[in-house]
Amino acid sequence: MSQEAQKEKSMILQKEMVEGLFNDLAQAKELGKKVCYTFIPGNLSELIRTFDMLPVYPEINALQSAMRKKSGGYIKEAEKNAHSEDVCTYVKCDVGMLMKGNIGPTGTKIPEPDVLLLSYTGCFTFMKWFETLKREYPNAKVIMVHTPYQENAKMTPQMVEYMVKQFKEEVIPQMEEVTGIKYDEAKLQRMLALSKEAEDWITKIFDTTKHKPSPIDAYFAGVYYIGPINIGFRGTEQAVEYYKELYNEIQERIRLGLGPITPEGEMKEEKYRLVVEGPPNWTSFREFWKIFYDMGAVIVASSYTKVGGVYDMGWRHDPSRPLESLAEYCMNCYTNLNIPQRIDLLSKCITEYQADGYVTNSIKSCNSFSAGQLGMMREIEDRLEVPVGFIESDLVDPRYFSYSNIKNRLESYFQMLAQRKMLEEQESQ
Amino acid sequence: MKELKQIINECKELSFDLNFTRAKKWKEEKPGRVLVGYMPIYFPREIIHAAGGMPVGIFGGGDRKQIIKGDAYYQSYICHIPRSIMELALDKHMDHIDGFIFPSICDVIRNLSGIFKQHKLGKFVKYMDFPQNFLPQIGGVFYQQEMEHVLEYIKEINGVEVTTEKLNHSIELYNKNRQLISLIYDIRQEYPWRLSIEDVYHIVRAGTVIPVEEHNEILEQVCAHIKQNIGVPQDKIKVVISGAFCEQPAVGLIKAIEEAGCYVVDDDYMLGSRMILGDIDATTNKPLEAISNSYINQSQYSSSIYDVHNPKENRLAKIVKDRGANGVIFASASFCDPSLLDAPIFQNAFNKMGIRYIAFQYSENINQFKVIKEQVGAFSDSIKLWEDEPAAVSNINLTATDSCKH
Ligand code: SF4
Ligand code: SF4
Repeated sequence: MSQEAQKEKSMILQKEMVEGLFNDLAQAKELGKKVCYTFIPGNLSELIRTFDMLPVYPEINALQSAMRKKSGGYIKEAEKNAHSEDVCTYVKCDVGMLMKGNIGPTGTKIPEPDVLLLSYTGCFTFMKWFETLKREYPNAKVIMVHTPYQENAKMTPQMVEYMVKQFKEEVIPQMEEVTGIKYDEAKLQRMLALSKEAEDWITKIFDTTKHKPSPIDAYFAGVYYIGPINIGFRGTEQAVEYYKELYNEIQERIRLGLGPITPEGEMKEEKYRLVVEGPPNWTSFREFWKIFYDMGAVIVASSYTKVGGVYDMGWRHDPSRPLESLAEYCMNCYTNLNIPQRIDLLSKCITEYQADGYVTNSIKSCNSFSAGQLGMMREIEDRLEVPVGFIESDLVDPRYFSYSNIKNRLESYFQMLAQRKMLEEQESQ
Repeated sequence: MKELKQIINECKELSFDLNFTRAKKWKEEKPGRVLVGYMPIYFPREIIHAAGGMPVGIFGGGDRKQIIKGDAYYQSYICHIPRSIMELALDKHMDHIDGFIFPSICDVIRNLSGIFKQHKLGKFVKYMDFPQNFLPQIGGVFYQQEMEHVLEYIKEINGVEVTTEKLNHSIELYNKNRQLISLIYDIRQEYPWRLSIEDVYHIVRAGTVIPVEEHNEILEQVCAHIKQNIGVPQDKIKVVISGAFCEQPAVGLIKAIEEAGCYVVDDDYMLGSRMILGDIDATTNKPLEAISNSYINQSQYSSSIYDVHNPKENRLAKIVKDRGANGVIFASASFCDPSLLDAPIFQNAFNKMGIRYIAFQYSENINQFKVIKEQVGAFSDSIKLWEDEPAAVSNINLTATDSCKH
């Protein structure tokens, strides 16, 4: 099979999955399926699927609206309705989209929720977001799962027990009630086995950046790779197949000594290897990425690809402890780690993937990520003596992406990296 | 009994003593005493007291602390309070405080707990995760475990084992504290001119940095004074302040609102001191359970508590009604997610209910209130002007809106 054809196969698989989901959503009523709005970090995909519900992820709608250049209008619409300029723009984009008829990324109307599953992890805004949506959809049932924060850098048995009790006494009975389907633990276990398999593949995929040149970009392309696992396909055969395929394609790239694929084709020379903290900007995603690949910078690890679950430390879903394992999953998402844990995780990435630098993209409206980033940066700089870079943008508000500012900052940063490399080379001679 | 003026002056001193001198002195008086700092909003102070400790409210530096180092920790689009708390920590204002509690209110405070851990500030740093599940057998149990965790930390420092008796005694003292604060608000509802909101603020805030026993004495004296017919009524409207539960507005701003023509008859400035409505059962042999039940069943509405089954807009509207207020002033700290994300919920509901409001943002260190004063003045004038108009339609059953002219 040619390189080109292999590359396409995983993409085709992903496209089919996503389109399939949106088609099903468009026909949810006809299909007799209940619709569950939920969030990505701490998502209970497997449980949702156990009850045959279709998931909707408001964050995904928001980011896709941004990529289609619609978010600016939606945000303005929400701001006209008392939403502040200073809060999470995902929320405003979603609310604005709702006000404008709730037409989703594929051009079809997103069905109203039967369930608002507030399984939120590592961000208070999620809670407020669903409080807002509940007022828009008074008939939807809100099911709340409170995920304790890993404040002491661990998941204690009490925390797990607290969550399991919530699943048993609140989530499952309410899901049974809404769907009329009886909870089937064996079904859930089968899915969790598949989740585990997909997670093994994902870990292997993101680990391939150890190679030089790195065969993938773990941030800009990474967000596509985590798509299926994040939007409800964890626990399915499709996801396993997708990740296997992707892994094979990447192996082939390694064999051929190729670098990552960018929107403008193969990246020719890997000059800098970076680790990035913080979500990407979605309104100018391509331009943003281009600044990096034009400079020969490849991202070998990013925290953002871990918001839907941190698998590189070895944690996996475990079918033999289904509900406990769901609880641990929720607690084990990136923004649910405390700051010292985040620092350790990023430091590990920088060391293991031999990064030349560390860059923070600070998102104006996301306190969950941003508050504390400056302290993290300083600690990483001190600990690893690695050059750090800092840029600011926003998720989906086009008003807060300043191309020239970001470009200038990054160019100076790359100059610094270049000088450092030169010195290192001189020293080693 | 001390003169009211003297009491107020003392409270003023205490509440903005950024070195927490009274607390420090208290600690030095006896071995085994510990000081536990807690960040704004609610924390069950009873348990610290029962463990031989003193809870110390850390509410930022207000306009009394210039921020230099703290700015290096927080981007410009993050509220002001975490940087002023960092400044206090780095400038060693809190060196005698043994441990720090960060109640779950938002992601900023949460991550600030991590920065404290990173810098190894204090002997312990605890992010206090309040349950968002309100079933006693689920969220209640979790809450008790969280309190036990705090107690373990204190025990590691002073070896004190809390007993049922000690806890019940502490609960009683804080019940008394809440009753007295509540009485002040009740008296002011009728006679707001007897004590300005600025004075109330200082009196309540002082209670967060001194022993509760001393604060109760102060409150008793204040109540005795304001039960008297003192002061002169002025032509002002009555308002409720909402949204200022964490980063505190500068005192000048608190004052400016009343000066601009409003009596503030309720507020959420020092919400933590008033979070639990009514008494906590001080007679059970399971006091931690009693505290947890009070959180589950008797909490004031708050932006940090998931509210779908008890919507906050109705709860705030009820306060407006019960206090006979003419309107609401939404005052949010700039970039305060919980407050700003709640604002549309409140405002959309109030538009429908016919409750009048204005909204503005502040930062703890601003000391230019001209614009806010003008805004509040115009608000007060417009309410006075429309006094004879019937209340607008209200879609919830609230006779309160009789007094909320639209
Ligand atoms: S604040 Fe950040 S983590 Fe929270 S919903 Fe917004 S973007 Fe997501
Ligand atoms: S002011 Fe608001 S955003 Fe800032 S720490 Fe307090 S609650 Fe959080």
